[in-house]
Amino acid sequence: MRSYNLDYFAMIEIENLHKSFDGHQVFRGVSLEIPKGTVLALIGRSGCGKSVLLKHVAGLIKPEKGRVTVDGEDIGRARGKALTSLRTRLGFLFQGGALFDSMTLFENVAFPLKEKTRLSDRLIQERVFREIENVGLSGSEYKYPSQISGGMLKRAALARSLVSDPEIMLFDEPTTGLDPVTGQSIIELIDACRQRIHFTAIIVTHEIARVAPVVDRIAMLHDGVIWAEGTAFDFYASEDPMVRTFMGDRINEIRKMQRPGDQGGGPARPPAGATAGALADSGNSTGGNQ
Amino acid sequence: MFGIIRKFGASAIETVWKMGTMGLFLAKAAVFMVVPPIKFARLLKQVRFIGLQSVAVIFLTGAFSGMVLGFQGFYSLSRFGSDAFLGPMVGLALIKELGPVISALMVTGRAGSAIAAEIGIMRMSEQIDALELMGLNPYRYLVAPNFLAAMISLPLLTAIFDVVGIFGGYLIGGKLLGVGTGTYFGEMCAYVAMSDIMEGIYKSFSFGVIIAWVCCFKGYYAGVFSGFGSEGVSRATTQAVVLSSVLILVWDYFMTSILY
Repeated sequence: MRSYNLDYFAMIEIENLHKSFDGHQVFRGVSLEIPKGTVLALIGRSGCGKSVLLKHVAGLIKPEKGRVTVDGEDIGRARGKALTSLRTRLGFLFQGGALFDSMTLFENVAFPLKEKTRLSDRLIQERVFREIENVGLSGSEYKYPSQISGGMLKRAALARSLVSDPEIMLFDEPTTGLDPVTGQSIIELIDACRQRIHFTAIIVTHEIARVAPVVDRIAMLHDGVIWAEGTAFDFYASEDPMVRTFMGDRINEIRKMQRPGDQGGGPARPPAGATAGALADSGNSTGGNQ
Repeated sequence: MFGIIRKFGASAIETVWKMGTMGLFLAKAAVFMVVPPIKFARLLKQVRFIGLQSVAVIFLTGAFSGMVLGFQGFYSLSRFGSDAFLGPMVGLALIKELGPVISALMVTGRAGSAIAAEIGIMRMSEQIDALELMGLNPYRYLVAPNFLAAMISLPLLTAIFDVVGIFGGYLIGGKLLGVGTGTYFGEMCAYVAMSDIMEGIYKSFSFGVIIAWVCCFKGYYAGVFSGFGSEGVSRATTQAVVLSSVLILVWDYFMTSILY
Protein backbone atom coordinates (compact mmCIF):
# COMPACT_ATOMS: atom_id res chain seq x y z
CA MET A 1 0.00 0.00 0.00
CA ARG A 2 1.43 3.33 -0.99
CA SER A 3 2.51 5.57 1.83
CA TYR A 4 1.50 9.20 1.84
CA ASN A 5 4.33 10.10 4.16
CA LEU A 6 5.86 13.36 2.94
CA ASP A 7 9.31 11.80 3.27
CA TYR A 8 8.37 9.15 0.69
CA PHE A 9 10.58 9.21 -2.34
CA ALA A 10 10.61 6.51 -4.97
CA MET A 11 14.29 5.90 -5.60
CA ILE A 12 13.53 3.25 -8.22
CA GLU A 13 10.35 3.35 -10.30
CA ILE A 14 9.42 0.82 -12.95
CA GLU A 15 6.40 1.87 -15.00
CA ASN A 16 4.53 -0.46 -17.34
CA LEU A 17 7.66 -2.28 -18.49
CA HIS A 18 7.42 -4.46 -21.59
CA LYS A 19 10.25 -6.59 -22.95
CA SER A 20 10.56 -9.62 -25.20
CA PHE A 21 13.49 -11.74 -26.38
CA ASP A 22 13.31 -13.59 -29.70
CA GLY A 23 9.53 -13.38 -29.74
CA HIS A 24 9.16 -14.60 -26.15
CA GLN A 25 7.38 -11.94 -24.06
CA VAL A 26 9.16 -11.62 -20.72
CA PHE A 27 7.42 -8.55 -19.27
CA ARG A 28 3.83 -7.59 -20.06
CA GLY A 29 3.50 -4.42 -18.01
CA VAL A 30 5.65 -4.62 -14.88
CA SER A 31 5.18 -1.73 -12.48
CA LEU A 32 7.02 -1.35 -9.20
CA GLU A 33 8.13 1.38 -6.83
CA ILE A 34 10.95 1.11 -4.34
CA PRO A 35 11.12 3.98 -1.83
CA LYS A 36 14.44 5.40 -0.84
CA GLY A 37 16.17 3.53 1.94
CA THR A 38 14.05 0.38 1.63
CA VAL A 39 14.96 -3.12 0.56
CA LEU A 40 12.72 -5.16 -1.73
CA ALA A 41 12.97 -8.89 -2.30
CA LEU A 42 12.04 -9.95 -5.83
CA ILE A 43 10.87 -13.54 -6.05
CA GLY A 44 9.47 -15.69 -8.80
CA ARG A 45 9.91 -18.93 -10.65
CA SER A 46 13.19 -19.69 -12.41
CA GLY A 47 13.27 -18.08 -15.84
CA CYS A 48 10.47 -15.58 -15.12
CA GLY A 49 12.81 -12.64 -15.70
CA LYS A 50 13.99 -11.53 -12.25
CA SER A 51 17.61 -11.02 -13.33
CA VAL A 52 16.42 -9.33 -16.53
CA LEU A 53 14.40 -6.87 -14.43
CA LEU A 54 17.47 -6.15 -12.32
CA LYS A 55 19.51 -5.48 -15.45
CA HIS A 56 16.84 -3.05 -16.62
CA VAL A 57 17.26 -1.12 -13.37
CA ALA A 58 21.03 -1.07 -13.95
CA GLY A 59 20.51 0.16 -17.51
CA LEU A 60 22.22 -2.90 -19.05
CA ILE A 61 19.02 -3.79 -20.95
CA LYS A 62 16.73 -1.20 -22.53
CA PRO A 63 12.93 -1.57 -22.27
CA GLU A 64 10.77 -1.96 -25.37
CA LYS A 65 7.94 -0.01 -23.77
CA GLY A 66 7.61 1.68 -20.41
CA ARG A 67 10.14 3.40 -18.23
CA VAL A 68 12.69 2.61 -15.57
CA THR A 69 13.52 5.62 -13.44
CA VAL A 70 16.38 5.78 -10.96
CA ASP A 71 16.42 8.81 -8.67
CA GLY A 72 14.13 10.64 -11.08
CA GLU A 73 16.19 9.94 -14.19
CA ASP A 74 15.13 7.57 -16.97
CA ILE A 75 18.05 5.11 -16.98
CA GLY A 76 16.79 3.36 -20.12
CA ARG A 77 17.26 6.54 -22.16
CA ALA A 78 20.31 7.94 -20.37
CA ARG A 79 23.52 8.14 -22.41
CA GLY A 80 27.14 9.07 -21.90
CA LYS A 81 27.97 11.09 -18.78
CA ALA A 82 24.40 10.95 -17.41
CA LEU A 83 24.40 7.16 -17.58
CA THR A 84 27.92 6.93 -16.13
CA SER A 85 27.03 9.18 -13.19
CA LEU A 86 23.90 7.11 -12.45
CA ARG A 87 25.88 3.87 -12.58
CA THR A 88 28.54 5.25 -10.24
CA ARG A 89 25.87 5.46 -7.53
CA LEU A 90 24.83 1.88 -8.17
CA GLY A 91 26.34 -1.37 -6.94
CA PHE A 92 25.54 -4.74 -8.55
CA LEU A 93 26.25 -8.14 -7.05
CA PHE A 94 26.20 -10.61 -9.94
CA GLN A 95 25.07 -14.18 -9.46
CA GLY A 96 28.52 -15.54 -10.27
CA GLY A 97 30.35 -12.66 -8.64
CA ALA A 98 31.83 -11.48 -11.97
CA LEU A 99 35.23 -10.88 -10.39
CA PHE A 100 38.00 -10.15 -12.90
CA ASP A 101 39.83 -13.47 -12.92
CA SER A 102 43.21 -12.13 -13.97
CA MET A 103 43.39 -9.93 -10.83
CA THR A 104 43.78 -10.74 -7.15
CA LEU A 105 40.94 -10.03 -4.70
CA PHE A 106 42.76 -6.89 -3.59
CA GLU A 107 43.09 -5.63 -7.17
CA ASN A 108 39.44 -6.47 -7.84
CA VAL A 109 38.13 -4.54 -4.84
CA ALA A 110 40.54 -1.65 -5.51
CA PHE A 111 39.63 -1.46 -9.21
CA PRO A 112 36.58 0.88 -8.98
CA LEU A 113 38.49 3.23 -6.68
CA LYS A 114 41.63 3.23 -8.85
CA GLU A 115 39.70 3.90 -12.04
CA LYS A 116 36.97 6.26 -10.86
CA THR A 117 38.54 8.28 -8.06
CA ARG A 118 41.71 10.30 -7.55
CA LEU A 119 42.42 8.84 -4.13
CA SER A 120 46.03 8.14 -3.24
CA ASP A 121 47.32 4.57 -3.28
CA ARG A 122 47.61 4.61 0.51
CA LEU A 123 43.98 5.68 1.00
CA ILE A 124 42.78 3.14 -1.55
CA GLN A 125 44.73 0.43 0.25
CA GLU A 126 43.15 1.42 3.59
CA ARG A 127 39.62 1.32 2.21
CA VAL A 128 40.17 -1.95 0.38
CA PHE A 129 41.59 -3.66 3.45
CA ARG A 130 38.69 -2.34 5.52
CA GLU A 131 36.10 -3.58 3.04
CA ILE A 132 37.76 -6.98 2.78
CA GLU A 133 37.82 -7.18 6.58
CA ASN A 134 34.10 -6.24 6.71
CA VAL A 135 33.23 -9.24 4.55
CA GLY A 136 35.45 -11.54 6.57
CA LEU A 137 38.12 -12.24 3.96
CA SER A 138 41.18 -10.87 5.77
CA GLY A 139 44.22 -12.90 4.78
CA SER A 140 42.92 -13.75 1.31
CA GLU A 141 43.63 -10.39 -0.30
CA TYR A 142 46.28 -11.70 -2.68
CA LYS A 143 44.47 -14.82 -3.81
CA TYR A 144 42.97 -15.12 -7.27
CA PRO A 145 39.25 -15.81 -7.85
CA SER A 146 40.08 -19.31 -9.11
CA GLN A 147 41.73 -20.12 -5.78
CA ILE A 148 38.77 -19.38 -3.51
CA SER A 149 35.42 -21.01 -2.75
CA GLY A 150 32.00 -19.89 -4.00
CA GLY A 151 31.11 -18.27 -0.70
CA MET A 152 34.38 -16.34 -0.60
CA LEU A 153 33.83 -15.29 -4.21
CA LYS A 154 30.44 -13.81 -3.35
CA ARG A 155 31.92 -12.00 -0.35
CA ALA A 156 34.72 -10.56 -2.47
CA ALA A 157 32.21 -9.46 -5.10
CA LEU A 158 30.13 -7.87 -2.33
CA ALA A 159 33.21 -6.02 -1.07
CA ARG A 160 33.92 -4.75 -4.59
CA SER A 161 30.36 -3.52 -5.12
CA LEU A 162 30.28 -1.78 -1.71
CA VAL A 163 33.74 -0.19 -1.76
CA SER A 164 32.45 2.95 -3.45
CA ASP A 165 29.55 3.35 -0.94
CA PRO A 166 26.70 3.00 -3.44
CA GLU A 167 23.27 4.52 -2.76
CA ILE A 168 21.52 1.74 -4.62
CA MET A 169 22.41 -1.97 -4.44
CA LEU A 170 21.14 -4.69 -6.73
CA PHE A 171 21.70 -8.29 -5.59
CA ASP A 172 21.23 -11.07 -8.15
CA GLU A 173 20.62 -14.28 -6.21
CA PRO A 174 23.26 -13.66 -3.54
CA THR A 175 22.79 -17.02 -1.82
CA THR A 176 22.08 -19.33 -4.77
CA GLY A 177 24.48 -22.23 -4.98
CA LEU A 178 25.77 -21.77 -1.43
CA ASP A 179 25.28 -24.05 1.55
CA PRO A 180 22.75 -22.81 4.14
CA VAL A 181 25.41 -21.65 6.62
CA THR A 182 27.33 -19.62 4.04
CA GLY A 183 24.09 -18.30 2.56
CA GLN A 184 22.99 -17.10 5.99
CA SER A 185 26.32 -15.35 6.53
CA ILE A 186 25.94 -13.51 3.22
CA ILE A 187 22.46 -12.32 4.22
CA GLU A 188 23.79 -11.16 7.59
CA LEU A 189 26.57 -9.29 5.78
CA ILE A 190 24.05 -7.60 3.52
CA ASP A 191 22.01 -6.60 6.59
CA ALA A 192 25.09 -5.21 8.34
CA CYS A 193 26.04 -3.22 5.24
CA ARG A 194 22.52 -1.93 4.93
CA GLN A 195 22.60 -0.64 8.48
CA ARG A 196 25.94 0.99 7.81
CA ILE A 197 25.24 2.56 4.40
CA HIS A 198 21.39 2.78 4.36
CA PHE A 199 21.17 1.94 0.69
CA THR A 200 18.04 1.30 -1.39
CA ALA A 201 18.16 -2.27 -2.64
CA ILE A 202 16.52 -5.03 -4.65
CA ILE A 203 17.42 -8.62 -3.76
CA VAL A 204 16.51 -11.24 -6.35
CA THR A 205 16.19 -14.56 -4.57
CA HIS A 206 14.49 -17.92 -4.32
CA GLU A 207 15.11 -18.16 -0.61
CA ILE A 208 12.31 -15.98 0.67
CA ALA A 209 12.45 -17.24 4.24
CA ARG A 210 16.15 -16.42 4.51
CA VAL A 211 15.82 -12.85 3.25
CA ALA A 212 12.46 -12.02 4.84
CA PRO A 213 14.02 -10.67 8.09
CA VAL A 214 16.21 -8.19 6.22
CA VAL A 215 13.77 -6.87 3.62
CA ASP A 216 10.95 -4.34 3.98
CA ARG A 217 8.77 -5.63 1.17
CA ILE A 218 8.50 -8.55 -1.21
CA ALA A 219 7.32 -8.52 -4.82
CA MET A 220 6.51 -11.62 -6.81
CA LEU A 221 7.10 -11.66 -10.54
CA HIS A 222 4.94 -14.07 -12.48
CA ASP A 223 3.58 -14.31 -16.01
CA GLY A 224 5.29 -11.06 -16.99
CA VAL A 225 3.70 -8.87 -14.30
CA ILE A 226 4.07 -8.15 -10.59
CA TRP A 227 1.68 -10.80 -9.35
CA ALA A 228 1.79 -9.76 -5.72
CA GLU A 229 3.51 -7.23 -3.52
CA GLY A 230 3.54 -6.65 0.21
CA THR A 231 5.30 -7.52 3.43
CA ALA A 232 6.31 -11.06 4.30
CA PHE A 233 3.20 -11.44 6.39
CA ASP A 234 0.96 -10.25 3.57
CA PHE A 235 2.41 -13.10 1.54
CA TYR A 236 1.85 -15.51 4.40
CA ALA A 237 -1.78 -14.50 4.69
CA SER A 238 -2.39 -14.39 0.91
CA GLU A 239 -5.20 -16.53 -0.49
CA ASP A 240 -3.73 -16.46 -4.01
CA PRO A 241 -2.95 -20.01 -5.18
CA MET A 242 0.22 -18.98 -7.04
CA VAL A 243 1.60 -17.21 -4.00
CA ARG A 244 0.76 -20.11 -1.74
CA THR A 245 2.35 -22.58 -4.18
CA PHE A 246 5.52 -20.54 -4.28
CA MET A 247 5.66 -20.04 -0.55
CA GLY A 248 5.11 -23.75 0.10
CA ASP A 249 6.61 -24.94 3.37
CA ARG A 250 8.11 -21.54 3.99
CA ILE A 251 4.82 -20.23 5.28
CA ASN A 252 5.55 -21.85 8.59
CA GLU A 253 9.07 -20.44 8.71
CA ILE A 254 7.78 -16.93 8.12
CA ARG A 255 5.16 -17.42 10.77
CA LYS A 256 7.99 -17.95 13.25
CA MET A 257 9.51 -14.64 12.29
CA GLN A 258 6.50 -12.54 13.24
CA ARG A 259 7.85 -9.32 14.60
CA PRO A 260 6.33 -7.51 17.65
CA GLY A 261 3.44 -5.21 16.71
CA ASP A 262 2.92 -6.80 13.31
CA GLN A 263 -0.61 -8.23 13.02
CA GLY A 264 -0.28 -9.50 9.46
CA GLY A 265 -1.86 -7.29 6.80
CA GLY A 266 -4.30 -9.68 5.16
CA PRO A 267 -4.12 -10.51 1.44
CA ALA A 268 -1.22 -8.99 -0.54
CA ARG A 269 -2.32 -5.85 -2.34
CA PRO A 270 -0.93 -4.78 -5.71
CA PRO A 271 0.37 -1.22 -6.09
CA ALA A 272 -2.14 1.25 -7.50
CA GLY A 273 -2.54 0.96 -11.27
CA ALA A 274 -1.14 -2.56 -11.59
CA THR A 275 -2.59 -4.80 -14.26
CA ALA A 276 -5.24 -7.32 -13.26
CA GLY A 277 -2.82 -10.14 -12.40
CA ALA A 278 -3.81 -12.99 -10.22
CA LEU A 279 -5.01 -11.19 -7.13
CA ALA A 280 -8.30 -10.40 -8.84
CA ASP A 281 -8.58 -14.12 -9.60
CA SER A 282 -7.79 -15.08 -6.03
CA GLY A 283 -9.57 -18.29 -5.20
CA ASN A 284 -9.53 -19.63 -8.76
CA SER A 285 -9.08 -23.32 -8.34
CA THR A 286 -7.00 -23.81 -11.48
CA GLY A 287 -4.24 -21.72 -9.91
CA GLY A 288 -1.76 -19.57 -11.75
CA ASN A 289 -0.16 -22.20 -14.01
CA GLN A 290 -0.03 -21.22 -17.68
CA MET B 1 8.41 -24.08 -50.33
CA PHE B 2 7.70 -20.76 -48.63
CA GLY B 3 9.42 -22.10 -45.54
CA ILE B 4 12.69 -22.39 -47.48
CA ILE B 5 12.39 -18.87 -48.87
CA ARG B 6 11.54 -17.54 -45.41
CA LYS B 7 14.56 -19.32 -43.89
CA PHE B 8 16.83 -18.02 -46.61
CA GLY B 9 15.53 -14.51 -46.11
CA ALA B 10 15.95 -14.70 -42.36
CA SER B 11 19.53 -15.95 -42.61
CA ALA B 12 20.37 -13.24 -45.18
CA ILE B 13 19.00 -10.58 -42.84
CA GLU B 14 20.94 -12.06 -39.93
CA THR B 15 24.16 -12.08 -41.96
CA VAL B 16 23.73 -8.44 -42.91
CA TRP B 17 22.96 -7.59 -39.26
CA LYS B 18 26.15 -9.37 -38.10
CA MET B 19 28.25 -7.58 -40.72
CA GLY B 20 26.79 -4.25 -39.69
CA THR B 21 27.46 -4.94 -36.02
CA MET B 22 31.03 -5.89 -36.87
CA GLY B 23 31.49 -2.67 -38.85
CA LEU B 24 30.15 -0.56 -35.97
CA PHE B 25 32.47 -2.45 -33.61
CA LEU B 26 35.48 -1.40 -35.72
CA ALA B 27 34.29 2.21 -35.74
CA LYS B 28 33.88 2.28 -31.93
CA ALA B 29 37.29 0.66 -31.45
CA ALA B 30 38.88 3.26 -33.73
CA VAL B 31 37.37 6.07 -31.64
CA PHE B 32 38.64 4.69 -28.35
CA MET B 33 42.09 4.08 -29.79
CA VAL B 34 42.61 7.78 -30.34
CA VAL B 35 40.46 9.53 -27.72
CA PRO B 36 42.37 9.76 -24.42
CA PRO B 37 42.85 8.35 -21.82
CA ILE B 38 44.66 5.36 -23.30
CA LYS B 39 45.19 2.47 -20.87
CA PHE B 40 48.97 2.15 -21.22
CA ALA B 41 49.44 -0.57 -18.64
CA ARG B 42 46.97 -2.78 -20.44
CA LEU B 43 48.51 -1.84 -23.82
CA LEU B 44 51.99 -2.84 -22.68
CA LYS B 45 50.65 -6.10 -21.29
CA GLN B 46 49.03 -6.92 -24.63
CA VAL B 47 52.16 -5.94 -26.62
CA ARG B 48 54.05 -8.40 -24.44
CA PHE B 49 51.43 -11.08 -25.02
CA ILE B 50 50.85 -10.60 -28.75
CA GLY B 51 54.36 -9.48 -29.68
CA LEU B 52 57.07 -10.62 -27.31
CA GLN B 53 55.61 -14.02 -26.53
CA SER B 54 55.13 -14.79 -30.26
CA VAL B 55 58.81 -14.24 -31.11
CA ALA B 56 59.76 -17.88 -30.57
CA VAL B 57 57.02 -19.13 -32.92
CA ILE B 58 57.90 -16.49 -35.52
CA PHE B 59 61.57 -17.37 -35.25
CA LEU B 60 60.92 -21.06 -35.90
CA THR B 61 58.43 -20.59 -38.73
CA GLY B 62 60.58 -17.86 -40.31
CA ALA B 63 63.69 -20.01 -40.23
CA PHE B 64 62.05 -23.03 -41.81
CA SER B 65 60.11 -20.98 -44.36
CA GLY B 66 63.37 -19.35 -45.45
CA MET B 67 65.13 -22.70 -45.61
CA VAL B 68 62.38 -24.26 -47.72
CA LEU B 69 62.44 -21.24 -50.02
CA GLY B 70 66.20 -21.67 -50.32
CA PHE B 71 65.79 -25.26 -51.49
CA GLN B 72 62.81 -24.76 -53.75
CA GLY B 73 64.15 -21.52 -55.15
CA PHE B 74 67.52 -23.01 -56.01
CA TYR B 75 66.08 -26.02 -57.84
CA SER B 76 63.56 -23.92 -59.75
CA LEU B 77 66.00 -21.18 -60.73
CA SER B 78 68.82 -23.56 -61.68
CA ARG B 79 66.58 -25.00 -64.47
CA PHE B 80 66.89 -21.61 -66.15
CA GLY B 81 70.49 -21.11 -65.13
CA SER B 82 69.41 -18.27 -62.85
CA ASP B 83 70.46 -19.64 -59.48
CA ALA B 84 72.48 -16.47 -58.88
CA PHE B 85 69.16 -14.71 -58.32
CA LEU B 86 68.28 -16.90 -55.34
CA GLY B 87 68.95 -14.02 -52.93
CA PRO B 88 66.48 -11.58 -54.49
CA MET B 89 63.93 -14.36 -54.95
CA VAL B 90 64.00 -15.37 -51.29
CA GLY B 91 64.19 -11.75 -50.16
CA LEU B 92 61.29 -10.52 -52.26
CA ALA B 93 59.08 -13.53 -51.55
CA LEU B 94 59.56 -13.18 -47.81
CA ILE B 95 59.44 -9.38 -47.57
CA LYS B 96 56.48 -8.80 -49.85
CA GLU B 97 54.35 -11.86 -49.23
CA LEU B 98 55.31 -14.73 -46.97
CA GLY B 99 56.60 -12.63 -44.09
CA PRO B 100 53.42 -10.61 -43.49
CA VAL B 101 51.02 -13.45 -44.27
CA ILE B 102 52.63 -16.32 -42.36
CA SER B 103 53.40 -14.07 -39.35
CA ALA B 104 49.79 -12.93 -39.28
CA LEU B 105 48.50 -16.50 -39.52
CA MET B 106 50.79 -17.62 -36.68
CA VAL B 107 49.73 -14.71 -34.48
CA THR B 108 46.06 -15.44 -35.26
CA GLY B 109 46.43 -19.01 -34.14
CA ARG B 110 48.35 -18.13 -31.01
CA ALA B 111 47.24 -14.75 -29.75
CA GLY B 112 44.02 -14.22 -31.69
CA SER B 113 42.37 -17.36 -30.36
CA ALA B 114 43.47 -16.48 -26.81
CA ILE B 115 42.04 -12.96 -27.11
CA ALA B 116 38.72 -14.26 -28.44
CA ALA B 117 38.53 -16.86 -25.67
CA GLU B 118 39.48 -14.40 -22.91
CA ILE B 119 36.93 -11.77 -23.95
CA GLY B 120 34.33 -14.48 -24.60
CA ILE B 121 34.74 -15.90 -21.10
CA MET B 122 34.57 -12.40 -19.64
CA ARG B 123 31.30 -11.91 -21.52
CA MET B 124 29.86 -15.22 -20.27
CA SER B 125 30.81 -14.59 -16.65
CA GLU B 126 29.36 -11.04 -16.79
CA GLN B 127 32.74 -9.38 -16.19
CA ILE B 128 32.08 -7.02 -19.12
CA ASP B 129 28.72 -6.10 -17.58
CA ALA B 130 30.51 -5.50 -14.27
CA LEU B 131 32.94 -3.13 -16.05
CA GLU B 132 30.05 -1.22 -17.60
CA LEU B 133 28.25 -0.98 -14.28
CA MET B 134 31.33 0.60 -12.71
CA GLY B 135 30.84 3.37 -15.25
CA LEU B 136 33.87 2.18 -17.23
CA ASN B 137 34.01 1.63 -20.98
CA PRO B 138 34.78 -1.97 -22.00
CA TYR B 139 36.07 -0.79 -25.39
CA ARG B 140 38.72 1.29 -23.67
CA TYR B 141 39.84 -1.55 -21.40
CA LEU B 142 39.50 -4.62 -23.56
CA VAL B 143 39.29 -3.72 -27.24
CA ALA B 144 41.44 -0.64 -27.92
CA PRO B 145 44.57 -2.01 -26.17
CA ASN B 146 44.36 -5.19 -28.31
CA PHE B 147 44.02 -3.15 -31.50
CA LEU B 148 46.97 -0.91 -30.69
CA ALA B 149 49.09 -3.84 -29.50
CA ALA B 150 48.41 -5.82 -32.71
CA MET B 151 49.19 -2.79 -34.88
CA ILE B 152 52.50 -2.32 -33.04
CA SER B 153 53.47 -6.00 -32.83
CA LEU B 154 52.66 -7.35 -36.30
CA PRO B 155 55.12 -5.17 -38.31
CA LEU B 156 57.86 -5.93 -35.77
CA LEU B 157 57.18 -9.66 -35.86
CA THR B 158 57.09 -9.57 -39.66
CA ALA B 159 60.49 -7.87 -39.68
CA ILE B 160 61.91 -10.62 -37.45
CA PHE B 161 60.34 -13.28 -39.70
CA ASP B 162 61.91 -11.66 -42.79
CA VAL B 163 65.39 -11.41 -41.29
CA VAL B 164 65.37 -14.96 -39.93
CA GLY B 165 63.89 -16.29 -43.18
CA ILE B 166 66.49 -14.55 -45.32
CA PHE B 167 69.22 -15.97 -43.14
CA GLY B 168 67.60 -19.43 -43.34
CA GLY B 169 67.56 -19.15 -47.12
CA TYR B 170 71.22 -18.12 -47.03
CA LEU B 171 72.15 -21.16 -44.91
CA ILE B 172 70.63 -23.51 -47.45
CA GLY B 173 71.20 -21.68 -50.75
CA GLY B 174 74.32 -19.73 -49.98
CA LYS B 175 76.18 -22.26 -47.89
CA LEU B 176 74.75 -25.70 -48.56
CA LEU B 177 73.88 -25.46 -52.25
CA GLY B 178 76.82 -23.24 -53.15
CA VAL B 179 75.32 -19.98 -54.41
CA GLY B 180 77.85 -18.02 -52.40
CA THR B 181 77.52 -15.31 -49.75
CA GLY B 182 78.46 -12.39 -51.99
CA THR B 183 76.07 -13.42 -54.75
CA TYR B 184 73.20 -14.12 -52.37
CA PHE B 185 73.30 -10.84 -50.46
CA GLY B 186 74.76 -8.70 -53.25
CA GLU B 187 72.00 -9.49 -55.72
CA MET B 188 69.42 -9.13 -52.95
CA CYS B 189 70.53 -5.56 -52.25
CA ALA B 190 70.39 -4.76 -55.94
CA TYR B 191 66.84 -5.97 -56.46
CA VAL B 192 65.02 -5.39 -53.18
CA ALA B 193 63.88 -1.77 -52.87
CA MET B 194 62.52 0.26 -49.95
CA SER B 195 59.08 0.22 -51.59
CA ASP B 196 59.04 -3.59 -51.33
CA ILE B 197 59.83 -3.39 -47.63
CA MET B 198 57.13 -0.73 -47.07
CA GLU B 199 54.63 -2.92 -48.90
CA GLY B 200 55.31 -5.68 -46.38
CA ILE B 201 54.97 -3.23 -43.48
CA TYR B 202 51.64 -1.85 -44.73
CA LYS B 203 50.34 -5.39 -45.16
CA SER B 204 51.39 -6.50 -41.69
CA PHE B 205 49.91 -3.34 -40.17
CA SER B 206 46.54 -4.03 -41.78
CA PHE B 207 46.70 -7.71 -40.84
CA GLY B 208 47.15 -6.60 -37.22
CA VAL B 209 43.94 -4.59 -37.50
CA ILE B 210 42.11 -7.60 -38.98
CA ILE B 211 43.29 -9.97 -36.25
CA ALA B 212 42.34 -7.61 -33.41
CA TRP B 213 39.03 -6.68 -35.04
CA VAL B 214 37.79 -10.20 -35.74
CA CYS B 215 39.03 -11.81 -32.51
CA CYS B 216 37.84 -9.04 -30.18
CA PHE B 217 34.48 -8.91 -31.97
CA LYS B 218 33.90 -12.65 -31.78
CA GLY B 219 34.74 -12.69 -28.08
CA TYR B 220 32.72 -9.55 -27.26
CA TYR B 221 29.58 -10.86 -28.93
CA ALA B 222 30.08 -14.49 -27.87
CA GLY B 223 26.73 -14.71 -26.10
CA VAL B 224 24.81 -13.07 -28.92
CA PHE B 225 26.22 -14.73 -32.02
CA SER B 226 27.90 -17.92 -30.90
CA GLY B 227 25.59 -19.33 -28.26
CA PHE B 228 26.02 -19.55 -24.50
CA GLY B 229 28.32 -21.28 -22.06
CA SER B 230 31.63 -22.98 -22.83
CA GLU B 231 30.35 -24.22 -26.18
CA GLY B 232 29.59 -20.65 -27.16
CA VAL B 233 33.12 -19.54 -26.26
CA SER B 234 34.73 -22.43 -28.15
CA ARG B 235 32.58 -21.69 -31.19
CA ALA B 236 33.47 -18.00 -30.99
CA THR B 237 37.18 -18.84 -30.78
CA THR B 238 37.03 -21.22 -33.77
CA GLN B 239 35.09 -18.69 -35.84
CA ALA B 240 37.56 -15.96 -34.87
CA VAL B 241 40.57 -17.93 -36.08
CA VAL B 242 38.91 -19.13 -39.30
CA LEU B 243 37.43 -15.75 -40.25
CA SER B 244 40.65 -13.96 -39.34
CA SER B 245 42.75 -16.32 -41.48
CA VAL B 246 40.40 -16.09 -44.45
CA LEU B 247 40.21 -12.29 -44.23
CA ILE B 248 44.01 -12.04 -44.04
CA LEU B 249 44.40 -14.01 -47.26
CA VAL B 250 41.58 -12.17 -49.05
CA TRP B 251 42.84 -8.76 -47.94
CA ASP B 252 46.37 -9.78 -48.95
CA TYR B 253 45.16 -10.08 -52.53
CA PHE B 254 43.51 -6.64 -52.46
CA MET B 255 46.52 -5.00 -50.83
CA THR B 256 48.84 -6.58 -53.39
CA SER B 257 46.72 -5.29 -56.27
CA ILE B 258 46.51 -1.81 -54.70
CA LEU B 259 50.24 -1.60 -53.98
CA TYR B 260 51.40 -3.24 -57.21
